Amino acid sequence: MLKYILLRSLLALAVAFTVSLAAFFLLNVATDPAQAIAGEDATQEVVDMIRARYGLDQPLPVRYFEWLGGVLRGDFGESYYWHKPVAELVAERAGVTITLALAALSVTILIAIPLGALAALNPNSWIDRMALGVAVSAQAVPNFWLGLIMIILFAVMIPIFPVSGDDTWRHFVLPAFVLGASSVPAIMRLTRTGLIEVMGADYIRTARSKGFRGGALLRRHALRNALLPVISVLAVQLGQKFGGSVITESIFAINGLGRLALESILGADIPTVQMLIFVFAIVFVAMNLLADIINAILDPRIRIG
Amino acid sequence: MTQTDAFTFDAPEEAEPMSPGQLMRRRALNHTGFLIGSGIIVTLALIAIFAPLIAPHDPFVQSLSSRMLPPVWDPAGSWDHLLGTDQNGRDYLSRLIYGTRVSISIGLGAATVGLLIGVTLGVVAGYFGGWVDHAVSFALTAQLALPGLLLAMALVFIIGPSIWVVIGIIGVLHWTYYLVVTRAATQRLRNLDFVAAATASGATPRQVIWHEILPNLIPQIIVIFTFELGIAILAEASLSFLGVGIQPPTPSWGLMIAEGKQAMFYRPWLVVLPGLSLFTLVIGANLMGDGLRDITAPEGRN
Amino acid sequence: MGKLLEIKDLSVGLPLPAGLLHAVRGASIGLDRGEALGIVGESGSGKSMTALALMRLLPQRAVQGGSITFDGVDLGTLSDAQFSQGFLGHRIAMIFQEPMTSLNPVYTIGRQLTEGAVRYGGYSEAAARKRALALLDRVGIPDPVARLSQYPHQLSGGQRQRVMIAMALMLEPELLIADEPTTALDVTVQAQILDLLAGLRREMGMAMILITHDLAVVAEQSDRVAVMYGGEVIEEGEAQAVMAEPAHPYTQALLSAIPRMDGPPRQLGAIPGTVPSLLSPPKGCVFAPRCAYVRAECVAARPPLLGDSAHSRLCILTDAERPARAPAAPIRADHVMGKQDVPVIDGRDITQVFTSRKGMFGPKHTIRAVDGVSLTLKRGETLALVGESGSGKSTLARIMLGLALPTSGTVEMLGRPVADLLPLERAALVQPIFQDPYSSLNPRRTLAEIIARPLTLRGTDDTATIATKTREAMEMVRLPSRLLHSYPSQLSGGQRQRVAIARALVTRPQALVCDEPTSALDVSVQAQILNLLTELQAELGLSCLVITHDMAVVHQVADRVAVMLGGRLVEEGTCDAVLRSPSNEYTARLLAAAPQFRPEVSGVQETFA
Repeated sequence: MLKYILLRSLLALAVAFTVSLAAFFLLNVATDPAQAIAGEDATQEVVDMIRARYGLDQPLPVRYFEWLGGVLRGDFGESYYWHKPVAELVAERAGVTITLALAALSVTILIAIPLGALAALNPNSWIDRMALGVAVSAQAVPNFWLGLIMIILFAVMIPIFPVSGDDTWRHFVLPAFVLGASSVPAIMRLTRTGLIEVMGADYIRTARSKGFRGGALLRRHALRNALLPVISVLAVQLGQKFGGSVITESIFAINGLGRLALESILGADIPTVQMLIFVFAIVFVAMNLLADIINAILDPRIRIG
Repeated sequence: MTQTDAFTFDAPEEAEPMSPGQLMRRRALNHTGFLIGSGIIVTLALIAIFAPLIAPHDPFVQSLSSRMLPPVWDPAGSWDHLLGTDQNGRDYLSRLIYGTRVSISIGLGAATVGLLIGVTLGVVAGYFGGWVDHAVSFALTAQLALPGLLLAMALVFIIGPSIWVVIGIIGVLHWTYYLVVTRAATQRLRNLDFVAAATASGATPRQVIWHEILPNLIPQIIVIFTFELGIAILAEASLSFLGVGIQPPTPSWGLMIAEGKQAMFYRPWLVVLPGLSLFTLVIGANLMGDGLRDITAPEGRN
Repeated sequence: MGKLLEIKDLSVGLPLPAGLLHAVRGASIGLDRGEALGIVGESGSGKSMTALALMRLLPQRAVQGGSITFDGVDLGTLSDAQFSQGFLGHRIAMIFQEPMTSLNPVYTIGRQLTEGAVRYGGYSEAAARKRALALLDRVGIPDPVARLSQYPHQLSGGQRQRVMIAMALMLEPELLIADEPTTALDVTVQAQILDLLAGLRREMGMAMILITHDLAVVAEQSDRVAVMYGGEVIEEGEAQAVMAEPAHPYTQALLSAIPRMDGPPRQLGAIPGTVPSLLSPPKGCVFAPRCAYVRAECVAARPPLLGDSAHSRLCILTDAERPARAPAAPIRADHVMGKQDVPVIDGRDITQVFTSRKGMFGPKHTIRAVDGVSLTLKRGETLALVGESGSGKSTLARIMLGLALPTSGTVEMLGRPVADLLPLERAALVQPIFQDPYSSLNPRRTLAEIIARPLTLRGTDDTATIATKTREAMEMVRLPSRLLHSYPSQLSGGQRQRVAIARALVTRPQALVCDEPTSALDVSVQAQILNLLTELQAELGLSCLVITHDMAVVHQVADRVAVMLGGRLVEEGTCDAVLRSPSNEYTARLLAAAPQFRPEVSGVQETFA
């Protein structure tokens, strides 16, 4: 068990390293950061000066390892745009995004799992059809558009919630719903198919032959097996919520990491973009690791090889 | 408590069983979701192809005198501009019609790029296994860990937005679903005896993959393609909405929503109409995908 | 006192997209206290559905008719809750075919054993645990205390089936239903489990319903037998009477289709045609379309129930009208033309080591799947390679086929090392036939494409020649040419196996390697395929390597036998010598464990004596 977690952690580290490498090269090969900072019309001298000032005249691998060395020392570089240490920027804004992501995940769980379970237990009933309808619609709705419609409906026409901002819990209701809704289809379908599959498994037939029926059968025999795959995907979805916060935060004017990302892209602020990609990847990898550990605790086949 | 349809029963063969093709045709005609979905897709595809013939106005012609006219059902609306006009006085219906072209071509292009990457990696990893499989799995985890939208935004912004760049970048970031499914399916297929029989008859790995394995993957690939079509269309719309996708004056639905956002409290149709268009197109693709999955499923549920 | 169980006129229908499938029709079965009833039938005969109906485990959408009375109580009048709390576990219990999947993988053995007794049986935790320990000990699980805290994946298949049996017996049921309890297990384990069940039944005085496709198992284990076909009970009676003097033409045909170990191998009785469609059951006798003695009345109306309670059948033939059974002519007196001592495939000192890792960095495990085996297939002979699962026989078969190169050792085909042969040269020499006809044909290709594929790959023939050769191959395996453009999904299991044989023979190879060629098939279909292989071998002078676990199949087809255990060859010799007087202890055990079908001496008394 310990060994399993250790191996998983090593793999997670390797993935994070690879991702940072990929992002660094993609962002730095695709463009000339010095030119981006200087602007389109800058003279060659200005560009060269900037290049020297930010150390951009060195070969890519050297720059990467300098960047990586900085990251390991806790130095994430300086933002070209805000002229502040990136780490400071990220730290200022992370809290809001974490709140938003967790709230969104709760929305997903509260809608998707009960709906998926009810659909699985009553296949082809009205509730199954409704769940399928919800999944298909939620999958097809453009997330940013849903945000705007929510604002029109629940902040303007029926003013229950504020239009934008991040001061009180009321500010987070609409954004959390919008961000959470995007994961509902995947989790709902997974819960449904997982539970249907489990309910058809031989060991459920065994339990039925021992007299188990209804709620007892579900609680004591089906649920844990059906939820094992859901946990992994929930963790993945939580990781993706951070990346997905770009849209939600820009629509609801929430001052979190997502908005920072959009602003730094539009300001050609490569160090900040790079750092955010790295942070989001680390969050994703950490969540995946957490899911692996939870699965190992719940599934003896992993725990005891 | 319910017993589910995963129940197996070794039914003896019918007198004259149908061929796979006949069976699929019959299931397709009985599948409401599939019929609705493919109906939507075919209609919108025709609109995209014949946009110049259908659109009542030139979608690019601006008119300062007729800005933000309301749709025909509004008391102030007119039949000249069925769905009103936008901030620049361009006919909204015509822009929506031309927007179909942008969405569908980017969707098809990006889903194809993703297909080529994902299926190639999936089949190779599934067939050869070993270190190839480990390497591909690692690439998969790394790709999943990358914040896709953020990276796409950054890359489109840096490289410079054009329809080809948008197609390429969305495609390059959306191959994981193909990979996961084709890899698992190939692993299963390559252990089946008909692959061993082909090898025993002297077939090379290349011949086995093309003749024995790929034909069996086609239904699943088509299903994923329809889903990825919807995902790519939504991704383009998001990028364009955020200003790092299709640039004005090209009529992209995502961009139109962004442009209409400023006036959305007073003229909600500017936001509602392109959003509904997106919703309809994507739901069409998804219904078709769900339907195809049921139709091509080996046991045929329901 | 009345019967313990009385099933009257049971019918089960399953709604399918194509219509209502009549899985069971008008089945009536009775069972006394302490009695053992065997229900035999081929797949799709309705035998498992009958048991599931009794346990109320049918799919929810199934429609059920008729009545089931248990100890005087009409079960149809009980609610689901009353039935599951009053009967399941306490009075009726069941064990299933698949021990590997029938236990919940995420809970301990102990929890699964005791939960029913605690929840519905009025046991305390401690009492249930005590009973579970005693039962685990009784069913032969070593160290029961440790087992209680283990998980199913830590146990072997045979052990899991023992746990399933202990679980079913927790509340001392009056009736135990065993649905193919040993089909998924190895022969030697199979025999142990069957003996265990028989012993427990006597100790506890339970009644038992044993559902199986294996007539030999029924003959050894039951007092009474019900034979099912096409959803109907077509013959029922005392086991000895039914086995020794089958009264229904189907039972007769089925019995003559079983390869027997006594006497010389004989032509097997194959039943022509295929199983009827249960979507539109016939007006008349369900067996009429395949019956050798069919008359006009048989097709027009349901046959009468003839005989008495000791032995009855659904057939129009009276005892006097029934033709006497004549033993079929022996085969293979000298059926092999030109048998020579020329080796076709010659394996020397073959060792295959597999290394596996758990995950990317896990510890290495090495397994010697094949350990220094030398095996020679001579021209024109049939060599049977026998062993249980994990013996390495299938790995060895792949190596002898040239599909895999061994870790060490050499394989020569007609004197040339297989490593030097081009894939197409190797393909011209030896072809495989696989166990599972459902996975050995590409579902996306028509029969014509499948059979012609080896020719296309060889690329020496033009299109017209390929078409001709494909047709010839279809004729050779007795498949009608109208099926040429069908897909595998439109064929039955037996037909598919014929296609696989046609594909193997279309390039006229010298040798076939058949890996369990009939073990996925029903008895009557197995008979067809074994007969076909024997005939083709004589016709074409083929050499055959047959891998099997079934001693009766060995006796039926083989000239020589090689026995494998744990990757090594433990015995090799002529078929007669090895089967009659095995020199190796393991071979002897395999032979003793094989359920042998000897209707003349069947019956419970002899088996347990």
